[in-house]
Amino acid sequence: MATITSAQGVIKIGEVNSYKAQPAFLEPYRMGMELAVDQINQSGGLLGKQVELIRRDDNANPGDAVRVAEELVSRDQVDLLTGTFLSHIGLALTDFAKQKQVFFLASEPLTNKITWDNGNRYTFRLRPSTYMQVAMLVPEAVAMNKKRWALVYPNYEYGQSAAATFKALMKAAQPDIEFVDEQATPLGKVDAGSVVQALADAKPDAIFNVLFGADLGKFVREGNTRGLFEGREVVSLLTGEPEYLDPLKNEAPNGWLVTGYPWYGINTPEHDAFLKAYQQKFNDYPRLGSVVGYATIMSLAEGVKKAGNTNTEDMIQAFRGLELMSPFGPIRYRPEDHQSTMGGYVGKTKNVDGKGVMVDYRYVDGASVLPSAQEVQKLRPAQANK
Amino acid sequence: MDFSGFLVQLLNGLASASSLFLVAAGLSLIFGVTRIVNFAHGSFYMVGVYIAYTLVSIWSGALGFWVSLLLAALVVGVLGALTEIFLLRRIYKAPELFQLLATFALVLVIKDATLWIWGPEELLGPRAPGLSGAVEILGRRFPAYDLFLVAVGPVVLGLLWLLLTRTRWGVLVRAASHDRGMVAALGVNQAWLFTAVFALGAFLAGLGGALQLPREPANLEMDLHIIGAAFVVVVVGGMGSIPGAYVAALIIAEIKAICIWLGVVDIAGVEVSFSKLTLVVEFLVMALVLVLRPWGLFGRPQPLSRHTSHAEEPFRLGKGNQALLWGLLLFLILLALPWYSSESPYTVVLAIDLLIAALFATSLHFIMGPAGLHSFGHAAYFGLGAYAAAILLTKVSLPMEVSLLLAPLVAVIGAIVFGWFAVRLSGVYLAMLTLAFAQIAWAIVYQWDSFTGGSNGLIGVWPAAWLSAKPAYYVMTLVLVAASLWALRRMLFAPFGYAMRAGRDSFVRADAIGIDVKRVHWVAFIIAGAFAGLAGSLFAFSKGSVSPESLFVTKSVDGLVMVLLGGVQTLAGPIVGAVSFTWLHDMVARNTEYWRAVLGGVILLLVLLFPQGIAGYFRIAFDRVRRVKGASS
Repeated sequence: MATITSAQGVIKIGEVNSYKAQPAFLEPYRMGMELAVDQINQSGGLLGKQVELIRRDDNANPGDAVRVAEELVSRDQVDLLTGTFLSHIGLALTDFAKQKQVFFLASEPLTNKITWDNGNRYTFRLRPSTYMQVAMLVPEAVAMNKKRWALVYPNYEYGQSAAATFKALMKAAQPDIEFVDEQATPLGKVDAGSVVQALADAKPDAIFNVLFGADLGKFVREGNTRGLFEGREVVSLLTGEPEYLDPLKNEAPNGWLVTGYPWYGINTPEHDAFLKAYQQKFNDYPRLGSVVGYATIMSLAEGVKKAGNTNTEDMIQAFRGLELMSPFGPIRYRPEDHQSTMGGYVGKTKNVDGKGVMVDYRYVDGASVLPSAQEVQKLRPAQANK
Repeated sequence: MDFSGFLVQLLNGLASASSLFLVAAGLSLIFGVTRIVNFAHGSFYMVGVYIAYTLVSIWSGALGFWVSLLLAALVVGVLGALTEIFLLRRIYKAPELFQLLATFALVLVIKDATLWIWGPEELLGPRAPGLSGAVEILGRRFPAYDLFLVAVGPVVLGLLWLLLTRTRWGVLVRAASHDRGMVAALGVNQAWLFTAVFALGAFLAGLGGALQLPREPANLEMDLHIIGAAFVVVVVGGMGSIPGAYVAALIIAEIKAICIWLGVVDIAGVEVSFSKLTLVVEFLVMALVLVLRPWGLFGRPQPLSRHTSHAEEPFRLGKGNQALLWGLLLFLILLALPWYSSESPYTVVLAIDLLIAALFATSLHFIMGPAGLHSFGHAAYFGLGAYAAAILLTKVSLPMEVSLLLAPLVAVIGAIVFGWFAVRLSGVYLAMLTLAFAQIAWAIVYQWDSFTGGSNGLIGVWPAAWLSAKPAYYVMTLVLVAASLWALRRMLFAPFGYAMRAGRDSFVRADAIGIDVKRVHWVAFIIAGAFAGLAGSLFAFSKGSVSPESLFVTKSVDGLVMVLLGGVQTLAGPIVGAVSFTWLHDMVARNTEYWRAVLGGVILLLVLLFPQGIAGYFRIAFDRVRRVKGASS
C-alpha cells in the first residue's frame, strides 16, 4: 500500500522506540528529534507543510513494535516510519516495511543485518553498524602491537557480532594474534568480580570490551579495584558516549581506546550550531542519542525535499545517494546498501577531576570503514537494490 | 587456569551469594507466612539501592555511609509494611495466587516512580569508606568490600536463625508458616504478624540492595534481574527454609563463578564457552534439583493450605445451553467486525492481538483453574508454536497454511516432556519447575543463532497471499480461536474435565475411585500446551516475525496476569482478563508518557474492586440476584 500524503497540509512521521526500556539513550534521542522538528517547522516546514512527529513506545518487544507500526500506518496514516533501538525490533520493522511497502529509516539499531543480510528496498539506516563501529577501532588496535587479547561482551547478537568482527579484522591485520580468553556475560547481569578475575588470570596484553550501561559500571569498578587495567591496553566500544561514560564519574578509566562523542570539543560550524540550539532549548548538553535523533529527522526532511513528496517509491529514489549535513558533518546514504556514511569519533578516555572525557580524538568518516560496492553486493539480497 | 585462581573464584562466588541470600531470605519469609508470591520483591531491592544512593550523597563520611545503608533498608521495610496494610491486607481472602496480580502491578508502579524520581541515567555510588581498596589474596588483588560481603551472609543467617528460634515472635512466624488457620484459632492477631513479616522481608531486600551500592550502579533493570534469581534460590533451598536459601544462593553463585573461571574450554576439538552458560545456569540447577528433590534441598512437603476463601462450586452447564447461544451471537457480531470497522483499519489489527491473547490465557486457565496447576512457564508453548511456525515456513519451506497447523505439534512435544516432570510436583514447586523449563527453552532459542536466529529471532514469517489482508487474517484467527475456546470449554464439561477437578480438590479421593490423577493432569497439560502453541503460531504470522520474547518469563507472567485479572473461578475469566489487559495496555501506552505506572495503577484499582477477578465479580453478583429472585418467587 502506498502511503497517502495527508491533505491537511501536515507531513506525519511515525516513530517507534523502546522509550521506557532504554530511557538513558532514548530520552536525549527524543529531545534531539524534537529540536529538529521545531527547527523545520519554524523555517516554514517541508514542501509548505508542517511536520508532525507521532511517537509510540514498543515495550521493548518486537510483537508490540509491529502492532504500533501497523497503527501508525493504518490509523494515524503516517507518511514515513522511523525509529527503533534494539536490533531485533529494528529487524522486525525492516521486514514489516518490506511487506507493507512503507518507507522506513532505522535510526539506531546496530545489527549489520538491517542493511546487509536482511536488507531490503524500503529500509535505510542512519547509525554506523556494529561492523563499522568495530572497524573504526581496528587500525589503532593493530598499532598497539599486542599479541595476547582477551574479550568480554554481552551475550546477545550485538556483543557476539562485535566480538566476531573484531577477531576477524584483527586476525587479518595481525596473523600471529592470540585470543586467550572470552567472556560472554548475560546482558545487564555481569558477575563483574568473577569476570574481571578470569580476564586477569588469562594474562592478556590487551582487552577488547563490548559491555555498556550498568554492566560497564560494574566491570570498571571491579577492574579498577583488582588492577585489571594496569599495564594493559583496553579497546572498548561505545564507552566514549556520554550516555555510558558520564555515569562512571570518578571511576572513568584512563587511556582506553573508545568510540564516542566528545561534544565539548568538536569545533565545526555544523556542530556548533547544533550544540547551541540544543543547549538553548533544553538547558542540558547533548548525548550521542541527541545527535542520532536530530540527524534522523533531518535526513527524512532532506529526503522529502529531494523527492518532492512523501510517496514511498520517490522517497526510496531520493534516499539512494541522498547527501546532507549532520552535526557530524556531511553524510550520504549509499545506494549500494542503504547505509548512511555517518561516522563516529575515536579517541582515548581520560579521567579529569573525577569525570571521564575523551582526548586525542578524531572523526572517522563512515565511508572509510564500509566495504566496497562489490563486496556489499555479495552480502545483500539481489532484490534489495532494484 | 590454575588452582589458586579457582580458589579466589570461589571467594568471588561467596561475595555474590550474600546479596542474593538477603533478597531470597526475605522472599522466603514472606511466602512462608503469607503465601504471597511477591513479584515486587525485586522492586524493593532496587528501591533500596536508589535510596541508599541518595542518602549517601547527602551524608558524606564513613559513619554517614554505613548509617545510610541501614536507613535505606529501614525505609524499604516501612514501604513493605505500608504495602501490606493498604493493599495486600484487603485481598487475603481472594483466591490463591491472586495477590500475585497486585504485586505485579506494584512492580510497574515502582519502576516508573523510580524513573520519575531518579531519572534514566545509572547512578554509580561511592566506594565504601575504609573498604575501598583491595587485599592481596594468593597473589591477586581482592576487593576488601567483597570480604565484608562474604561475612554478611552468615551473620544475617545467624541473626535470622536466632530471631526465628529464640523469640516468641519467631515461634509465631514458624507456626504461621506451618498452619495459619491454627495460629488464628489460638487468638494470635494475624494481621499484625503478617505486616511484621512483610516489613522484615522488605527490609532484607532493601538491605541486600543497599549493600550493592559500592558494587553496581543503581539502574532500572535491577528489579527484574534479581527477582528471577531470588525465586530460584528460595525454591532450590526449599520453601520457608532460611538455611536452605543460604545454601542455594551459595551453590548458584559458585557454579556461576566456576563457569566464568572455565571460560572457553576446548573439549575434544570443540570449543565450549562455559561463560555463555551463566545466562541460564540458575534455571538448570533449579530444574535438576526439583526433578530429583521435589521440595528443594531443605524443604518439606507443603502443608495443605486451608483456604480462607470460600470453596469453589463446580462448573455447571447453564440451562438449555444458554452460554453456547450467547457465544454464537458474540461470534457472529465479531465475524462482521471488518465490515463495520472499515473506517478504522487498526481495529482489526488490535482485535487479532486480543483474540490471540484470549486463546493464550484460556489455554493457561485450562490447567490453572480446573486442575490447579499454576504454570509460570506457559510462554514456553506459545513460543515453541511461534518458532515452529517460523522455522517450518522459512527453513523447511512448507506452505504457510501447513506451517500454521503443524506448529502446535511442536508445542505438544514440549508439553509432553515438560509436563511429565511438572505434574509430579504441586503448588509453587510445580510453578517454578515450569518456569525453569521455559527459561531453559528460552536460553536455547536465544543462543542457537544458526537455527532460531538467536537473540534477533526470525523474520519473513508472513501469511499466504489470500490471508495477507488484515481482515482476512482476522476472520481466520477468529474462526480458529472460537473453535479452540469451544473445544476447551467442551472438555471441561466432559468426564475428563471433572476428573481434572477431582484430582485438584482431593488427590486421595480421586485416586481411591480409580482416577489416575497424574495422568489426567499430564494430558491436560499437553492439551493446554497445544492450544498455547496454536496461539503462538497465529501470533507469528500476524507479526511477520518471532523473537525470544515470545517464550520469556514476562510473556508467562502476562498470561498469569490475564487469568487472574479475569478471575480464575469462571470460564469467561481468562477471555475477559486477556481482552481487558491487552486493550488497556494498548490504550494507556498510546496516551500517556508514564504508561507503566498508569497501567499498574489501573490494575491495582481493579484488584481492590474485584478481588474475585472481573468476570468472577460479575458472576457472583449475578448469582446473588438470581438467588434473591428465586427466594421471592
